[in-house]
Amino acid sequence: MNNPIIQWFKYGSPQSFYPLAGKMIPWFWTLAVAFGLAGLWISFFVAPTDFQQGEGYRIIFIHVPAAWMSMFLYIVMAFWAGIGLALNTRLSGMMAQAIAPTGALMAFLSLWTGAIWGKPMWGAWWVWDARLTSALILFFLYIGFIALQAAIDDPRRADKAGAILALVGVVNVPIIYFSVKWWNTLHQGASVSLTRAPSMATTMLWGMLLMALAFWMYSIAVSLMRVRAIILEREAHTEWVKNLPEIQGKSS
Amino acid sequence: MNWGSPAEFFAMGGYAQYVWSSFGVCAALMILEPILVRKRQSSILRVLRRERQAERLDSQ
Amino acid sequence: MKPRQKRIALIAGGLAAISIASVLVFQALDSNVAFFITPTEFSEGKAPQDKAFRIGGMVREGSIRRDNLTVHFVITDTAKEVPVSYTGILPDLFKEGKGAVAQGRLGANGVFTATEVLAKHDENYMPPHAQHAIDQAQNAAKTLQQ
Repeated sequence: MNNPIIQWFKYGSPQSFYPLAGKMIPWFWTLAVAFGLAGLWISFFVAPTDFQQGEGYRIIFIHVPAAWMSMFLYIVMAFWAGIGLALNTRLSGMMAQAIAPTGALMAFLSLWTGAIWGKPMWGAWWVWDARLTSALILFFLYIGFIALQAAIDDPRRADKAGAILALVGVVNVPIIYFSVKWWNTLHQGASVSLTRAPSMATTMLWGMLLMALAFWMYSIAVSLMRVRAIILEREAHTEWVKNLPEIQGKSS
Repeated sequence: MNWGSPAEFFAMGGYAQYVWSSFGVCAALMILEPILVRKRQSSILRVLRRERQAERLDSQ
Repeated sequence: MKPRQKRIALIAGGLAAISIASVLVFQALDSNVAFFITPTEFSEGKAPQDKAFRIGGMVREGSIRRDNLTVHFVITDTAKEVPVSYTGILPDLFKEGKGAVAQGRLGANGVFTATEVLAKHDENYMPPHAQHAIDQAQNAAKTLQQ
């Protein structure tokens, strides 16, 4: 029993993860609010007016973090779904299921803010260029994953079907990211990338990064809250759930 | 500081409708989502507590 | 092979197959995925015949001319140029020296008649005084070269 892999699996069991997640949630909320307040302050009061887009560019402070998170959460969701498919661990499928709605929200927010930003600047709410189309496909992949899982009653089979969809959809993430390089698009290229200096004023960049951190912490907090609910729903008839203090206790 | 007055801040240099409808919807949904998840958690807890109590009554 | 190893191998194989398939599909689609063609591609005859298409590039400096409600300008990719005429509302960021994408057809007179003009802005965000400094530096560099 001292095998480290077995130890790790023990921590990865719903039973030990449930209270651990409960302890982590307030911390992630605190971080999300702190980064969010700092990010909003910089976004509106420190970051200067843009030379081309005036004050309209400030939509970037939520558009880019939402778009980043929609892609990142998809990869994390597919990772957990893949682990669940390969190793048959119970918690992984629940993690994937918990992340999906938050990922879908982020994808929706990136599309919504993008459309509102596109109207005054480009002259169109929507165009079918490679970047926008692949981002819309990402949103549909999330919706498809959620719908597929909801349609199958047996949670283990739902996990398997969902995992295949999630893994197939992963190819869309690099397509979104590189679409602006590979094809002629109306959407501009990346302002921030790993390979070169960002093409943004420093305070603008700080505002965007802080907002991205806030969105990230928010996503973790909400996903952990949701995974706790999913654990209870799926393990409702196990002894450990019946013996949880919040179910045993007559208070509250 | 970019703004001379609160009115100037809310006007967003003429882009008020675009900036505020982006930030507004974003804030609304990011407040709504945790509330819905919380409801889901408390409803499953309620069901489980009721079941537990029923079991207790049965065994008495 | 154990069942678990077999499953992992199957998943890896499936993923590889899907990736290859999607790369092939996107390569086949490549020309259709492009949102617009450049003036150079246009001059090479890559524009579809008898069909509306989009042409994208920079609005040439000093080329914007207005007569009544119609705007005339030239889209360039520095190598080739296409004259465009358009009647309608232009987006805020439509300016000389900036990117634009025009949708429409080529008229018999060689002028591209647009039904829609979109602005394509770049990925640079900075305050106006920083842009002013960059412009000055570029002008100074140009003067030195002469």
